Amino acid sequence: MPAQQQKWLNLFMKVLPLSLLFLLTGCSERFVLLNPKGPVAEVQKDLILWSIWFMLFIIVVIFVLFAIILWKYRERPENLDYEPPDQHGNTLLEIIWTAIPVLIVIALAIPTVKATFELEKPPKESRGVEPIVIHATAADWKWIFSYPEENIETVNYVNIPKDVPVEFKLTAVGGMSALWIPELGGQKYNMAGMGMTLYLQADHVGTFKGRNSNFTGEGFAHQTFDVNAMEKEDFYKWVKETQASAPLLTKKQFNEIIQVGVLKDKLTFSGTHLAWVDFAKPGEHLDNIPAKEKHGTIKLEEVESDHHDNREHESHQHEGH
Amino acid sequence: MSEIAPKQSNLPLEYSTKQNQLNILGFWIFLGAELALFATLFATYLVLVSRTAGGPGPEELYELKTVLIETFLLLTSSFTCGLAVYEMRRGKQAGMIGWLIVTILLGIGFLYFEIEEFILYAVHEGATMQTSAFLSSFFALVGTHGLHVTIGIFWILIIILQVLKRGLNADTARKVFISSLYWHFLDVVWIFLFTLVYLTGMVS
Amino acid sequence: MKWDEFFVTGEPLIYMADAAIVLTIIGIVFVLTYFKKWKWLWKEWLTTVDHKKIGIMYIISAVLMLFRGGVDALLMRAQLTVPNNTFLDSQHYNEIFTTHGTIMILFMAMPFIFGIMNIAVPLQIGARDVAFPYLNALSFWTFFFGALLFNISFVIGGSPDAGWTAYMPLAGNELSPGPGQNYYLLGLQISGIGSLISGINFIVTILKMRAPGMTLMRMPMFTWATLITSILVVFAFPVLTVALALMTLDRIFGTHFFTLSGDGVPMHWANLFWIWGHPEVYIAILPAFGVFSEVVSTFARKRLFGYTAMVWSMVAISVLSMLVWVHHFFTMGSGAPVNAFFSVSTMAIAIPTGVKIFNWLFTLYKGRIKFTSAMLWSLAFIPTFVIGGVTGVMLSMAAADYQYHNTYFLVAHFHNTLICGTVFAVFAALHYWYPKMFGVILNEKLGKITFWFFVLGFNVCFLPQYVLGFMGMPRRIYTYPADAGWTELNVISTIGAVMMGIGFIFLCINVVYTYFKGERDLTGDPWDGRTLEWSIPSPAPHYNFAVTPQVKGLDAWWMMKKERKEGKEEEEPEYKPIHMPSNSGRPFIMSIFFFIAGFGLVFEWMPVAIIGLIGVIICMILRSFEYDDGYYVPVEEIKQTEAGRE
Repeated sequence: MPAQQQKWLNLFMKVLPLSLLFLLTGCSERFVLLNPKGPVAEVQKDLILWSIWFMLFIIVVIFVLFAIILWKYRERPENLDYEPPDQHGNTLLEIIWTAIPVLIVIALAIPTVKATFELEKPPKESRGVEPIVIHATAADWKWIFSYPEENIETVNYVNIPKDVPVEFKLTAVGGMSALWIPELGGQKYNMAGMGMTLYLQADHVGTFKGRNSNFTGEGFAHQTFDVNAMEKEDFYKWVKETQASAPLLTKKQFNEIIQVGVLKDKLTFSGTHLAWVDFAKPGEHLDNIPAKEKHGTIKLEEVESDHHDNREHESHQHEGH
Repeated sequence: MSEIAPKQSNLPLEYSTKQNQLNILGFWIFLGAELALFATLFATYLVLVSRTAGGPGPEELYELKTVLIETFLLLTSSFTCGLAVYEMRRGKQAGMIGWLIVTILLGIGFLYFEIEEFILYAVHEGATMQTSAFLSSFFALVGTHGLHVTIGIFWILIIILQVLKRGLNADTARKVFISSLYWHFLDVVWIFLFTLVYLTGMVS
Repeated sequence: MKWDEFFVTGEPLIYMADAAIVLTIIGIVFVLTYFKKWKWLWKEWLTTVDHKKIGIMYIISAVLMLFRGGVDALLMRAQLTVPNNTFLDSQHYNEIFTTHGTIMILFMAMPFIFGIMNIAVPLQIGARDVAFPYLNALSFWTFFFGALLFNISFVIGGSPDAGWTAYMPLAGNELSPGPGQNYYLLGLQISGIGSLISGINFIVTILKMRAPGMTLMRMPMFTWATLITSILVVFAFPVLTVALALMTLDRIFGTHFFTLSGDGVPMHWANLFWIWGHPEVYIAILPAFGVFSEVVSTFARKRLFGYTAMVWSMVAISVLSMLVWVHHFFTMGSGAPVNAFFSVSTMAIAIPTGVKIFNWLFTLYKGRIKFTSAMLWSLAFIPTFVIGGVTGVMLSMAAADYQYHNTYFLVAHFHNTLICGTVFAVFAALHYWYPKMFGVILNEKLGKITFWFFVLGFNVCFLPQYVLGFMGMPRRIYTYPADAGWTELNVISTIGAVMMGIGFIFLCINVVYTYFKGERDLTGDPWDGRTLEWSIPSPAPHYNFAVTPQVKGLDAWWMMKKERKEGKEEEEPEYKPIHMPSNSGRPFIMSIFFFIAGFGLVFEWMPVAIIGLIGVIICMILRSFEYDDGYYVPVEEIKQTEAGRE
């Protein structure tokens, strides 16, 4: 293939996938990073879009330079006797293409540092609102949410009130997980023996997908949960109902829940495991790491089959403590 | 492969050939890598020093007397090692070997007290490497240094045998010099150990 | 241990692999015996200390590992093409992505790079070998046997499955019992020894063995890159050595560095791993930058633009690379001040990298650009790597990274930089230095077919993965549900992977074709090159330079050619006997003992481990007592070899 065609094909095939990319990006609901349902994800989306503009600028400049230079200075039969000049360099150019990136880095660094500090606190929008504290304990392979003030506990789903900052207290039994609800905001790691704080907030009603984003072994792909954001009145109604009628969590039940294995059931309890163990405290996990079974125990077909909710089947409740 | 250049009379014996210069430079760089290795062990110790899992901590274990003896022995051995190289520069093979043997004996003395210290912790006080993160990191750091000292002792011994067989020439001088660099390095590491592990542990 | 725990059982793919391995071994033994090549193998390859042969062995091993890592990748892509796929179960998938990552970075990229450094650097500086040829051989064989140890895991005992990052507590005894993770620890430890030794070797070689007149600022850029990379190696690899040793102690000897019990700190593993791991990726990319500098300037027929800036930018990149490691775990809760610092330091690396991109573009400016295969790889690097670089800047913004972390956006970024940087560079280097290694030129047509399949395939495979990250797809999941909306882009990505595989096949066809029908390089300078390696015959004689060249400036060979054209008088070369190092079988044997020791530790069979360790120590002691000074190549032989060139 002559060099001329080669060069064009070269460039075209690099531009084509990029343009497809741009066509695909945008308003579609599937682009969860760009469709925030809460103020934390909103801050992150703004930062992301801000950076994309600068990155696009850099890409365009370099691609255009690249295309022009390759085209203009390619070897062809006519210029075989052309000997290129012995150019050592150009100090002015070096200064320009150092200074402009420095400016771009500064332009990106300032909002980044600002946002990074901002996200350590509850969202600005809800400054006057008391955050609701929810402990999120990751166990292999399920999620346990404890509401200490409300004294209720849920497994594999969490209900939150809209427009109220949620102060997630993250910890884990065993391997390092990470709580991630992309539509509400970024993730933070759950680590045994440590308590991390993550502020998130929903400003839309709806069900959002949450999951573990840090690899924890065989059941990792199934370690997901639902986040139901509801109006404040509906949330507190649910809390009252749960306190009144949900079965009391027992140690025996809890130990079964945290046994290693994929658990997809959505369970609800009154009382929390914090009454007898808090995995965020160092040393707490010692007696509680369940030993791993032999490999190859996760069967996709079994995981995807019927999941039960312990509120629906009264007859399945366990008795006693 | 470099050609063997003729001996340059204004350079010490160990630097007198091109290959010798390469080896010595290479060893200095290796010591840079060892520095990174010990730095990592130190960092690990500092991260884990307070994590005693209910077991004994630095204040309960470290004893000033033992540490002072170990320090005295090792620092003196570094001095005698320097004396050995001094003798080597003067071309005095017997003197060199003599001081190297003293160095080894002091090194063995150091190891004796250190092994006694480790046995005291592990056997009599139940403080083993498996007891807690603090103890794991203590034994890893101090033990790695002790292992290096052990290797150094055998290394110097082997070189003494080679000098006895072949006399003092460019090659054997280089080997003595490089092993002395290693020995001094271990001494420097000990000073950091003494300060950051033992003294800090006994004071705080 | 039972037989069905020692050998991996129950998987048809594994049994097929067992059969393939046995048949291959039998095949190799048969061929060697039939053609009576055992002695040749021992004399010419297993005991060589010649940097050129060591380089070739590194490259062959790397290509084999590229095959295995690539197969791992295709298996993963096959599993992920459709939702709820049952082609690979979770356990199998996890082992495959772990081995894929470990092999590609440590047993493919590193040896390929070390191989090319071995081939090119002594030739570029006018030296006859590296400073420590014996240690050079040891470097190769420890790599080989460390890699071998890691590679047998999938049929014996089971592969590691905790990711190439092997975070604790997941990689500990409770959550990952068995030999798998031990293979990771010992395989990397053994080959890490080789890497460290190589680093030391190249620093001394470059500092002390340059031809007269070659000041530091007259060195070829690839040599500069090698020097700076080697310094990084010397400071970074000991951190990995300690980290691996501590995890080994935790797993095998019950200590508590990173365990949850005994007050250990799992986060400390992550810190140590990445303090090594970040410099490691710069170790992988800086030599690539060096290769591109050579190829771009050669095929634009123009000296490298901004030589001084190019040197200092690499220095800046290497220094900064040691100050950014926390960006690998912004989400581990280090707090805003720490995250902010590392965001800024990470962004800062983009500045010297950008300087290099512009300098390459301006090397091409006003040049006369020839589109050979080596040049195509180097040109394709510029736009594609820039995409990888800018997504890196996006990832460095900590608050945004809270969303990107552990998603396919991250996966796309690091494949973008590693493939478009390192892999393109080693392919370019292979084409570029192939004539010097083997005396034949790789077929250009097949080279171009390889290039197009691979580069287009890369874009089709990985650009959609950026989008998948924005759609919330995390990495390391073995399957995903149908309603996630990720299916279409996964299908496209798999197509791209297949295209890359086809490209690789064409590369292999090229190598085989060239062996039988390749155009010979008769002049030693097939590309009208600029640097000293092109001033000697192809393939290079075993002593490299009959007479050590006198260097008068940058691009020393280009200068010499110009002076010849101008009719300058050349002195008659005065040959003197050349001192060369002797071969030695000890590096090979010592590495076998390392393998035995490693194997013993993997299965916690202490007697085996101790025997291996004793073997290693005995080899070292024997080496100390050895005073073999090499041999001299007589002048008549030099005259004959030089007369044989055109």
